[in-house]
Amino acid sequence: MMTASLPVTPAAPALGLWQRLGVALYRRPGLQLGLLLGLPLLWFLVVYIGSLATLLAQSFFTFDDFTMEVSRELTLANYRQLLQPANFDVVLRTLLMASAVSLASAVLAFPLAYYMVRYARGWKKGFFYVAVMLPMWASYIVKVYAWTVLLAKDGMVYWAYQHLGLGGVMDWLMTLPLLGGNSLTTSHLGRFAVFTYIWLPFMILPVQAALERVPANLLQASSDLGANGAQTFRHVILPLAFPGVVAGSIFTFSLTLGDYIIPQIIGPSGLFIGSMVYTMQGSIGNMPLAAAFTVVPVVIIALYLTGARKLGAFDAL
Amino acid sequence: MHSDQDRAPLWLRLLAYGGIGFLFLPIAVIIIYAFNAESAGYSFPPKGFTLAWFPAAFARNDVMQAIGLSLQLALLATVLALVLGTLAAAALYRREFFGKDAITMMLILPIALPGIITGIALLSAFRLADIPSGFWTIAVGHATFCVVVIYNNVVARFRRLSYSLVEASQDLGADMFQTFRYVVLPQIATALLAGGMLAFALSFDEIIVTTFTAGNEVTLPIWMLNQLTRPRDVPITNVVAMTVMLITALPILAAYYLTRGTEDTAGSGK
Repeated sequence: MMTASLPVTPAAPALGLWQRLGVALYRRPGLQLGLLLGLPLLWFLVVYIGSLATLLAQSFFTFDDFTMEVSRELTLANYRQLLQPANFDVVLRTLLMASAVSLASAVLAFPLAYYMVRYARGWKKGFFYVAVMLPMWASYIVKVYAWTVLLAKDGMVYWAYQHLGLGGVMDWLMTLPLLGGNSLTTSHLGRFAVFTYIWLPFMILPVQAALERVPANLLQASSDLGANGAQTFRHVILPLAFPGVVAGSIFTFSLTLGDYIIPQIIGPSGLFIGSMVYTMQGSIGNMPLAAAFTVVPVVIIALYLTGARKLGAFDAL
Repeated sequence: MHSDQDRAPLWLRLLAYGGIGFLFLPIAVIIIYAFNAESAGYSFPPKGFTLAWFPAAFARNDVMQAIGLSLQLALLATVLALVLGTLAAAALYRREFFGKDAITMMLILPIALPGIITGIALLSAFRLADIPSGFWTIAVGHATFCVVVIYNNVVARFRRLSYSLVEASQDLGADMFQTFRYVVLPQIATALLAGGMLAFALSFDEIIVTTFTAGNEVTLPIWMLNQLTRPRDVPITNVVAMTVMLITALPILAAYYLTRGTEDTAGSGK
């Protein structure tokens, strides 16, 4: 009998603990996913979703006007208080500002974005991108501060007006009901300018991205078919880039809606949704009413997002 | 939508460069007024050039403390966000599963919702749990909204990274840490750095969430806000404003140059 030598399979090299663990994880994608996602998921559920849930719960708590204390008795009183006419004014004022700021940003952003996409070449392309991104990310509070410097009584803007001989125009503007105020820093116009400045880059970038996707041959086709520049713009470029404008307006609108620092520093008195929430919880300590009030911007933004989705804004992001 | 044959009409060039001028006007103002000799007020043109306010500002205890606090917070928030954001990106970039969209949405929510909602929500939760406001409550808030910045940068890089490289590394006997250290990390390093810089800048000058979670702590932006509501030391404020601007602008520029032209990452043979 012959002892046939069995084909020897080389012994698999012994795997270390971490190697075996790696293999085990590779075979169980679910476990791997769980290990990777566990920590961030836990953090967001506890810290963020947990906080939002607490906020919502607080909006049903009772605030005692006499003792100024919050008790955990559930009530709908806070939501009923929301419906007071004075609060409608606050909401309306904020909505008006948010719409005006979005519109102005779109008007200012479009030519800039159009130039960036169509004419900026080489180093200029990078220059324009950085020139939009840098002011966008630069410190919010410093930018607001810079505007108080600019708009101050003897500041740069007044100086420019006087030297252009437009002092009278400025005085006239300040007397108008929806624009005016005692001075630029306490006028609606000043507040509007600062809001528009602060959120403008958030409009430029989505519009630029949308324009970037407009195929060049459509423009050629349009002019081959005899359209002039204005017609091409009106019937080809604008409809194709419009979702980008809507996408940008999501930012300008919702950022204006929730802001409470600019209304506090620049412009006439009169609360915004943000400042209302801030004063409610801060100086008055009425956290339940403040919590109920935060539901207002959330609902408005949710409605806005629904509309924006219908207009194709999410594909433009 | 490029066209190379024609030149922009004058009015369009004016609008484009005018827009850029508008964006940079306040930044220029901050830089000019930091060197203004005037000791109160904002009159234009400036009253003369001086460097005197710089040593004066940096000799102030409240200013230095605020800068120190903001730097520490930004560092801590960035590190926390780097860990959480990278883990989330690694988990989400190549898998489809139930609830994935909801999770992505949840990561974006802290910066998509107005800051005031995030701020007041955190405050109400901390109060309910009897956690006193301070350094750690600010850091937790900052880390939460910084995660999305890291996530976006890293997930974009991961999508260009070919997963077969990871498999090859494991086939060749590398353990998990070796694979991460020698295969994954070199490819995502610049994305991590860029995301980290943006997160740092975001945290360093965040004010809206911070006012709710800070308690009695005074971060640099809160110091600025206090000066705005009760203007006292105009020249000191001007110098601090320029400092904040520089501390945030430099990481942003660095992040831009780090992520420029990374479309062709080595080895991503897809």
